[in-house]
Amino acid sequence: MNAQAPVPAKPSGAQSAVRFVLPIIVFAAGLAVWELVVRIREIPPYVLPAPSAIFLTLIKDWAVLSQSLAATLLTTLEGFVAASIGGIALALLFNQSKWVEYSLFPYAVVLQVTPVIAIAPLLLIYLEQQTAVVVCAFIVAFFPVLSNTTLGLNSVDRNLAGLFQLYGASKPQTLRFLKLPAALPYILGGLRIAGGLSLIGAVVAEIAAGTAGAGSGLAYRIAESGYRLNIPRMFAALLLLSLAGIVIYGVLALISHLVLRRWHESALGKEN
Amino acid sequence: MSSAKPSSTVEASLTALAVSLRGVTKVYDTGVMALGPLDLAVRKGEFISLLGPSGCGKSTALRLIAGLSQASSGTVRVSRHEGEVQIGHIRQGHGIGFVFQEPTLMPWSSVRENVRLPLKLGGIAKAEGRARADAALASVGLADFADAFPRELSGGMKMRVSLARALVTDPDILLMDEPFAALDEITRFRLNNDLLALWRSLGKTVIFVTHSVFESVYLSQRVVVMTARPGRIQADIRIETVEPRGEEFRTSAAYSDYCRRVSAALAPSYSGQSTL
Repeated sequence: MNAQAPVPAKPSGAQSAVRFVLPIIVFAAGLAVWELVVRIREIPPYVLPAPSAIFLTLIKDWAVLSQSLAATLLTTLEGFVAASIGGIALALLFNQSKWVEYSLFPYAVVLQVTPVIAIAPLLLIYLEQQTAVVVCAFIVAFFPVLSNTTLGLNSVDRNLAGLFQLYGASKPQTLRFLKLPAALPYILGGLRIAGGLSLIGAVVAEIAAGTAGAGSGLAYRIAESGYRLNIPRMFAALLLLSLAGIVIYGVLALISHLVLRRWHESALGKEN
Repeated sequence: MSSAKPSSTVEASLTALAVSLRGVTKVYDTGVMALGPLDLAVRKGEFISLLGPSGCGKSTALRLIAGLSQASSGTVRVSRHEGEVQIGHIRQGHGIGFVFQEPTLMPWSSVRENVRLPLKLGGIAKAEGRARADAALASVGLADFADAFPRELSGGMKMRVSLARALVTDPDILLMDEPFAALDEITRFRLNNDLLALWRSLGKTVIFVTHSVFESVYLSQRVVVMTARPGRIQADIRIETVEPRGEEFRTSAAYSDYCRRVSAALAPSYSGQSTL
């Protein structure tokens, strides 16, 4: 397909700059239109706050919101770490023993397909609130880690596996020097999905906990502000959640790139 | 070609054997008989080629010799430093080097680490392993590429790395499974010459699987032609010429004569059968 492009490609620097600048222009234009519509039609802030009002709320309420942000991020991190360790460990266990895989895999699927919003109220009854919230984040995030790691461990080149066998590699050696490196791109892909999902799990659980009357995370702030018709604060909290999601994805994508850049196709330039 | 087998049996009793197969068959789980029964004796230091149509089981034979797969019946004997032992009863690999059709390199490791792998798995200290890996790389002409990653190399260079890795344990027997099949012809000619030079200087036993008549005649002392599946020996042709061979052999009348003979031996497996 590359061969069909006779026109010399634009310098990739300029192209990436355009890719970076265009969404920003769209974003700025959208904000401007939003601001104008709110001002011209004099829409009250409890119906639709202007971007400027949201920004002012963000600064004014920073003390409350930043605390909530920290609480949500901590929950997300705990859920993510638990999902990463749990997912990778379970995949390794599955890889060592087919019996374990056949016995447990269906339950992993059940856990994955049951909506977490439906499980959260039950967990909140049986577990301490903070634990329940972390468990929700874990449930949502761990399946992609498990299934990606399993896929990666099973994707080892057959001839390389034969080579390890030929030279009498032990099971731990094969795992460490062959299976784990071969699975690494898949594992990192799973972690990238899990990062965003653990935020979603944390938010869902916080909303469920919020309706139970307690909480401190950003999602709880959103629910609480909704009851009080404090719409600008709802928007401000939502903005922070989005930013947190973007940062989480960006950090994980960067880690993945740095780890794989020397050898994996996904991290190499297209010209290579 | 009935004259071939008795003569090699006579030689087998006179000189030490590196590899011997007796009545070896391989039946896959699907019930397909892939190989044999096959009898093959390879002398120490000999360079032989297994030549046959695709699917005739020549790669299977190589995997049986390497111990990567178990024979359904018959015996596979491989001679090693320690004397003759039955495959499967000892920790394998130290007497055998294997070169696959693909370079089969670990993309996440540098060239040096790829070559050092067999030593690392064998528990040899890092410093010694690195020194031996560098020496093996030098022997295939890649001394300057030890720190490169496999993706930075051309197809021919990757194959050289694969060869260096097979040589790094200093094995007695080198098994090569269509190693140059995916390369362009010019690169293949160069690698053929380099392989011959290595074989002459190192004195290893080489079993070389190929589907190229020309390559088999150019490289080997003996060309063993196999039938279509299940593979048996169709002919065992000795290639005798002035050693060391070089480019002048490739253009000689003797060379084309041998190619004609080997092609004739191969003919029954592709004419008159519609299985492929």
